[in-house]
Amino acid sequence: MGLLGNIKKGLQKTRSMLQGRLGALFSRRRFDDDFYDELEEILIGADVGLQTSLELVEKLRENVQKGRISEPEQVVDLLKEMLLDILGKETVPLAVSEEKPMVILMLGVNGVGKTTTIGKLAARYRKEGKNTLLVAGDTFRAAAIEQLEIWAKRSKSDLIKHQQNADPAAVIFDGIAAAKARGSDLVLCDTAGRLHNKANLMEELKKIYRVIGKALPGAPHEVLLVLDATTGQNALAQAKVFNEAANLTGIVLTKLDGTAKGGIVVAVARELQLPVKLVGVGESIDDLQPFDPQEYVEGLFAGEWI
Amino acid sequence: MIFANLSEKLQNAVRRLRQKGKLTEKDINAALREVRLALLEADVNFKVVKTFIADVRERCLQSDVMASLTPGQTVIKIVKEELTNLMGGEVAKLAAADRTPTVVMLVGLQGSGKTTSAAKLANLLKKQNRSVLLVAADIYRPAAIKQLQVLGEQLSIPVFQLGQKQPEQIARAALEQARREGYDYLIIDTAGRLHIDDEMMAELVRLEEVLQPEEILLVVDAMTGQDAVNVAQSFRERLNLTGVILTKLDGDSRGGAALSVKAVTGCPVKFAGVGEKTDAFEPFHPDRMASRILGMGDVLTLIEKAQSAFDEEKARELERKMRSRQFTLEDYMEQLQQLKKMGPLNQIIEMLPGIGGMGKKLKNFDVDESVLKKTEAIILSMTPEERAQPAIINSSRRRRIASGSGTRVQDVNNLLKQFAMMNKMMKQFGKMEKSMLKKKGKFPFM
Ligand SMILES: Nc1nc2c(ncn2[C@@H]2O[C@H](COP(=O)(O)OP(=O)(O)OP(=O)(O)O)[C@@H](O)[C@H]2O)c(=O)[nH]1
Ligand SMILES: [Mg+2]
Repeated sequence: MGLLGNIKKGLQKTRSMLQGRLGALFSRRRFDDDFYDELEEILIGADVGLQTSLELVEKLRENVQKGRISEPEQVVDLLKEMLLDILGKETVPLAVSEEKPMVILMLGVNGVGKTTTIGKLAARYRKEGKNTLLVAGDTFRAAAIEQLEIWAKRSKSDLIKHQQNADPAAVIFDGIAAAKARGSDLVLCDTAGRLHNKANLMEELKKIYRVIGKALPGAPHEVLLVLDATTGQNALAQAKVFNEAANLTGIVLTKLDGTAKGGIVVAVARELQLPVKLVGVGESIDDLQPFDPQEYVEGLFAGEWI
Repeated sequence: MIFANLSEKLQNAVRRLRQKGKLTEKDINAALREVRLALLEADVNFKVVKTFIADVRERCLQSDVMASLTPGQTVIKIVKEELTNLMGGEVAKLAAADRTPTVVMLVGLQGSGKTTSAAKLANLLKKQNRSVLLVAADIYRPAAIKQLQVLGEQLSIPVFQLGQKQPEQIARAALEQARREGYDYLIIDTAGRLHIDDEMMAELVRLEEVLQPEEILLVVDAMTGQDAVNVAQSFRERLNLTGVILTKLDGDSRGGAALSVKAVTGCPVKFAGVGEKTDAFEPFHPDRMASRILGMGDVLTLIEKAQSAFDEEKARELERKMRSRQFTLEDYMEQLQQLKKMGPLNQIIEMLPGIGGMGKKLKNFDVDESVLKKTEAIILSMTPEERAQPAIINSSRRRRIASGSGTRVQDVNNLLKQFAMMNKMMKQFGKMEKSMLKKKGKFPFM
């Protein structure tokens, strides 16, 4: 079951797009102000973000005025196309590194799903026959190390940990050294959740990033920012600041099994040219999937929750 | 951020009208359009925004706004009032049971901050000399029980757990122990769950039956977007929610979710999480939140503080001077002294309009109180003449002032430069016909 399938599963009785709000909208068959207002609301309701939504609708309006569109149904197609222009039409896979080990750094604000995503991702690589090593880089939150330990067991990965409150950069340095010594294929580094407006924590992150590069030139190969689909406009600020601190290579959008659409990734993709690479669709070890832009865009308009 | 300075936008929207001297419905609509954008930008759910704007529009049209001399301000005031009303007006307190223990259940989505909030709330109660038993009922998330145990240990608060036994069973046993041992409060941490997960929601309903809690608090992340209404609605349909805890308010989200949740559930936000440490937990202030959502800073609080700290007469005098551009270093020092009476500077800065959206820099900026002291010392080392006419302060005078105040010439230079800049700003300020603060606040420094 794809992403759309999962969203549908979650929504239980998902109405198809044309029966839903857009359907009602098109039955109007007139391009009046209300029409555009409603379109705007659908986008805003999916957390696409105010500015992005306003601009998308403005573009549609222009196209109508220039006579490029004459039927309301065509609006959906054009809107989808515009969204895909921003998100990219194809799935962007995770990097593959020639040398071993490949290092993945997982970042994000508190509670978005970093640790869980690491567990799921490790399990995926294990299925491909890779040796994975998890590093307990969250030395701050209570029982964060124990949590990762359980995910290491579940995914049959190695684990490198230090004590609570140890220097996270040092743990990660050790983790990479251990991976080199053991010949692990992949190192997945967990980090403590941090709000992007805390200067000291972002400095700590920069240090972690530098240390990884020292431990292994060319690393980290993936720096993934985990965004919770429930998050609104703030996700854009998160992406900007984390990107400045640690050169993000992609986004993981979690909790898409709920009713939130996570539309803010459209704004993130647009402003930072950052691809969404993975989506989280549940709490189990298998609930991680590649991001499929086409399915996602369909899903944005589906459902009665918007 | 474009909508950072809402009050300014509103002023612009009604400027035309001031020239006309009369407010039309169109002007009000223009102003409310800005409010709408500000609320949407803050993540308030669009449906909530719609209702809200409709209500405010009605009030604006029928009230004395149209006749008001300062319609812009009046519109802002109405918006602020309605917003505060919607947020619940007063600070809400935790319920207390007739017979101990008072049972508090925390519920919410995954990652919203339940476990941390449970520990923080327990800590707050403990500081009020209440005995608390924490209960670990999240049997699903790896190491969730351990997390609560570690926090309990740090705070010397006992944590009840039965491993991965069924949550109802845990709850029953915990309640029994709390009764037997006479705890004042029983706080239950539950697993995070999606509001559309029927099975998991049913588990909460069973827990409510077992515990008959005085409080069921929905824990909501302040960064939540439009979906907050769906979440809140679903939880409210299944449970007798009594309140909300808003977490991660130390982030820089505008926190519109607070409004959405309040509008949907009718439950007041009772507490706010403002940091990762266990004491970063406060009673929630609806009026402050209203300002934050609007991105206009804590204007009202600021005005209140200013009013209590400032001597009315002096303020009027200063204002006159500012308008006539006779503001001197002497006055400046007086202002600084007044300012100090208002409390820690960085708190005041936080409350300033516009900081909400604009000021990443300002927000990280720790106001150094020692700079104030230095400034005072420098001005005190000047002669009255120099204070009245800074232009006469040449380099030999600067050296004298520096040595007299125990500072460096550079410091004196900086102060004079700042003062010149401030005077320039005040000129612009003087040009603004009616400032929002001036009318009510008599707070010329801003
Ligand atoms: N429904 C759902 N829940 C998820 C998903 N990903 C993670 N979670 C849950 O979200 C909660 C937080 O996940 P964590 O992995 O601990 O998040 P984190 O970012 O590591 O949190 P901190 O380290 O505390 O900052 C847990 O209860 C997870 O089970 C997802 O895709 N869907
Ligand atoms: Mg974690």
